[in-house]
Amino acid sequence: MEGGVVLLDFWASMFGMRVRIALAEKEIKYEYREQDLRNKSDLLLQMNPVHKKIPVLIHNGKPICESLVQVQYIDEVWHDKAPLLPADPYKRATARFWADFVDKKMYDSGSKIWKTKGEEQEAAKKEFIENLKLLEGELGDNLYFGGEGFGYVDVALVPFYCWFYAYEQCGGFSIEAECPKLIAWVKRCMQKESVAKSLADPEKVYEFVLHLKKAYGIE
Amino acid sequence: MAEEVVLLDFWASPFGIRVRIALAEKGIKYERREEDLRNKSGLLLQMNPVHKKIPVLIHNAKPICESLIQVQYIDEVWHDKAPLLPADPYKRATARFWADFVDKKIYEVGGKTWKTKGEEQARAQKEFMESLKLLEGELGDKAYFGGENLGYLDIALVSYYCWFHVYEKFGGFSIEAECPKLTAWAKRCMQKESVAKSVPDQQKVYEFALHLKKILGIE
Repeated sequence: MEGGVVLLDFWASMFGMRVRIALAEKEIKYEYREQDLRNKSDLLLQMNPVHKKIPVLIHNGKPICESLVQVQYIDEVWHDKAPLLPADPYKRATARFWADFVDKKMYDSGSKIWKTKGEEQEAAKKEFIENLKLLEGELGDNLYFGGEGFGYVDVALVPFYCWFYAYEQCGGFSIEAECPKLIAWVKRCMQKESVAKSLADPEKVYEFVLHLKKAYGIE
Repeated sequence: MAEEVVLLDFWASPFGIRVRIALAEKGIKYERREEDLRNKSGLLLQMNPVHKKIPVLIHNAKPICESLIQVQYIDEVWHDKAPLLPADPYKRATARFWADFVDKKIYEVGGKTWKTKGEEQARAQKEFMESLKLLEGELGDKAYFGGENLGYLDIALVSYYCWFHVYEKFGGFSIEAECPKLTAWAKRCMQKESVAKSVPDQQKVYEFALHLKKILGIE
């Protein structure tokens, strides 16, 4: 028996969505607890004292932090169903490389699109699209980054999709026009129940970004 | 079948040191190629087109990039000797969490302890020491982070040890005074042949840092 699973999360977090997707792929029952990030719960601070961030996965009372560490943990514990990482070590290293690329590049360049204006915003848009094109290249003609099946890199990247609408509105550009293959891949992923029910509504994310812009004093 | 292993490296890089230690722990024969980072080789740019950085591990002509990914790859391919990651999924997640912490905190903040001055330097030193104390807490009374033997997190952190001397000298502070247990751990690691032969001479690293300071125009 695997025991109780709790996820401390925030509805709009791409990192939290990764874990929701992984748990759904493995059909793991868990308790979702929404966190107020301006007023962090004692449980969150106790379970992630180092970074004080969500998501935190709590399994049998023990915390696991950092979304990609959590996804790998879920894949290893519930290994008999829907494998996320490939079996071959070279393919695993490649998957880890691209998930790390998503972590290093996507969040920062995406954030800059809605946080900045003028030349800085143009530079951010350019970098963001370049990163997506590199990912498109890695996808190639495969159905998923995992090949035939949905896998680790798909889980790492697809949550960013629900933020694309906000980036497009703030940046005045179309991601689909620049990266049609990637959007085709997104739509394929969205047909999976695990993804569709884990991603936030793009309109709600955009409203949230507008609210954040006001709060940060960004025009 | 003969295994061909090549490591594109730079002598003073903590990231390269990690891979050298892992290869030595597993007793793997390989060819180390020193890269001139101001004049990167065609091979480096071909093998790591995304980041254009060292280290690059080339196994049977196929590249693996990013040091922690390389260490995990080495551990998985040469799995019959000197295991680096623990077998238990929770312990693996914990090791991965702390290695990620080392990557996020030690390199950048450590750099700031000598690349900045005044208040910024004081803040960096404080944050650096706090990070080391957290790691000391994680070590506890164990001989190594990996328990009885050198493991993944030991390799991730001890690779910075030759740079600690630089931070201390430039920053005018003592790591041993604040973190005696961690210093004892580092000395224990240095007694292992795999570590001792993989780390460069501290004095050479210090001279290199002095040279960098001049080039970067840091007083």
